[in-house]
Amino acid sequence: MRPKHKSVETRYMEERNEFFQALKSLDRRSFIKVSAAALGAAATRGIVPPTSFQPVRLSALQAGTGSDIYFAYISDSHLYEQDVNDRFVRSLLRAVDDVNQLDPQPDFVLYGGDLAQLGQAKELDLGAQILKGVKAPLRVMVGEHDWYLDLGEKWKSLFGQPTYSWDHKGVHFVTLMSVVEEDFWTVRGMSPMERMKTVAGLDNGVQRPFTVGAEQRQWLQNDLSRFGNDTPLVVFSHSPLYKLYKNWNFWTDDADEVQAILSRFKNVSVIHGHTHQMLTNRIGNIHFHGMLATAWPWPYAPEGMPPLTIQMSRPDPFNPQDGCGDGEVRVHPEGLVDKVYNFWNRNPVTVAREYTVSWGRESLPARPNRPSY
Amino acid sequence: MSQGTRLLSIWGTTFAVAALLSGTGSGGQEKKEEQERQEGQALADSILSQWKRKNPEKASDWVAEEKERHKIQPPADNSALLQSGEQGKGHVYGQYTERDLLMWSRETEKLVVEGSRIFHDADALRSTVAVSCDMCHPDGANTHPETYPKFQVQMGRVALLRDMINWCVEQPVRGTRFEPDDERMRALEAYIYAQRRGKSLEYGKH
Repeated sequence: MRPKHKSVETRYMEERNEFFQALKSLDRRSFIKVSAAALGAAATRGIVPPTSFQPVRLSALQAGTGSDIYFAYISDSHLYEQDVNDRFVRSLLRAVDDVNQLDPQPDFVLYGGDLAQLGQAKELDLGAQILKGVKAPLRVMVGEHDWYLDLGEKWKSLFGQPTYSWDHKGVHFVTLMSVVEEDFWTVRGMSPMERMKTVAGLDNGVQRPFTVGAEQRQWLQNDLSRFGNDTPLVVFSHSPLYKLYKNWNFWTDDADEVQAILSRFKNVSVIHGHTHQMLTNRIGNIHFHGMLATAWPWPYAPEGMPPLTIQMSRPDPFNPQDGCGDGEVRVHPEGLVDKVYNFWNRNPVTVAREYTVSWGRESLPARPNRPSY
Repeated sequence: MSQGTRLLSIWGTTFAVAALLSGTGSGGQEKKEEQERQEGQALADSILSQWKRKNPEKASDWVAEEKERHKIQPPADNSALLQSGEQGKGHVYGQYTERDLLMWSRETEKLVVEGSRIFHDADALRSTVAVSCDMCHPDGANTHPETYPKFQVQMGRVALLRDMINWCVEQPVRGTRFEPDDERMRALEAYIYAQRRGKSLEYGKH
């Protein structure tokens, strides 16, 4: 039952949330317009910001910054069983609350992989149970933490095949399983849990680099063959589909071959997990965006950072959810996206389509006030 | 054949060989010593490998295994000390051999490698929530030990690296803090410092 009276705090939090939701849909230029309008609106209503966030939201709606497709994402929750570690569980619940509160609701919610920490049945079951709470349709991608205990058996029983594609409002969406590793475990006589723990260590040098693999590349080629070069294309992969930093598998070893398949399309957006940070890159017509994690943020790679990336400032160790969050993606009709990083402890950041289109010259996202370290 | 009998038989062979060698005469004392050294080494190797087969747990080369799993920055290269002109004649202090250098680097690295093992092991950190340091700090990244001591606002006092390690052990890791001179704390410090090799000290930096 909805409470009849809301406390001042509840009303404030609701207005604050709406304000930030509205902010995300604005690029820099319209933000200036909107803030001016907001000031006007506030003045006529006799309200002095920041007491109320409401006027900005209204003005944003008037500015008409809608787009055709709009989806939300949650990624990298790394769940242990609840009695082992409840912090990661609470973070995923928070993300599910976030996407359920979106108004209007997104077309779908993408889960970006690494639902479990060690691929155990109880971890994946718990994750699946929590994700059932997502109101919008759910699309799930697999990560290496979900896979290497039983080589995907449990994950597939819950979510089906990890590689699939679908069409939505004229945009072609593809989900890949980009964390295929060459067999390093048989020769070492590793148990399934030893294999899992080796892959689960980001800086573990015994494991092999991620790949999409010849089989899936062939599948991708076939899947895309019926589409013309103008088709807007959005690809989901757990690892970034380029070569960033091999030591931490911020890397897909056959990225060049995959990019070659995608390169004939005019506009391709790749949305990836695994890196737990704000990450932007562009290679030719392929625009790459990372997703935030709900579990913990990763540091930036010590070398090879893409110049387009605006690095989020160093997470505060004293706040376990700082640098974490979820987000939304607005897909423009031609296939490029506005990517929203919805930080739980910071202002949201939007990396607008114009930013990557102009190679970083226009629509610069707000720079963080501190270095990433 | 019991182990004792086997050992005796090996010793027996050695003595027989030694006796033969001593009778060869003109081969010279040096050659004989070298032969004895080799025989002795072979014997020691055989006994050690026997012990390793019996104690596979203790015998594993944990340093090599940990180094294969995780990138460890090597300690500084001191080979310049051995170059002629660097060693003062008539001084005991400063007369180093290759053996000295090898011992320094192996022993130093061993502490660092042990630190790496603990850093990557939630159980060794006594975590109650299965969290280890590397989950936020792969290769020790974002630990910036070179900035300590510094005033840690959230603690309300000046923190040393070990204070921050203990804070992490108690908070995100949900373990029990280590005493400052605990072997595990020493190893963790060693690993974290080693990973920032080449960085200049900037104490107090935020």
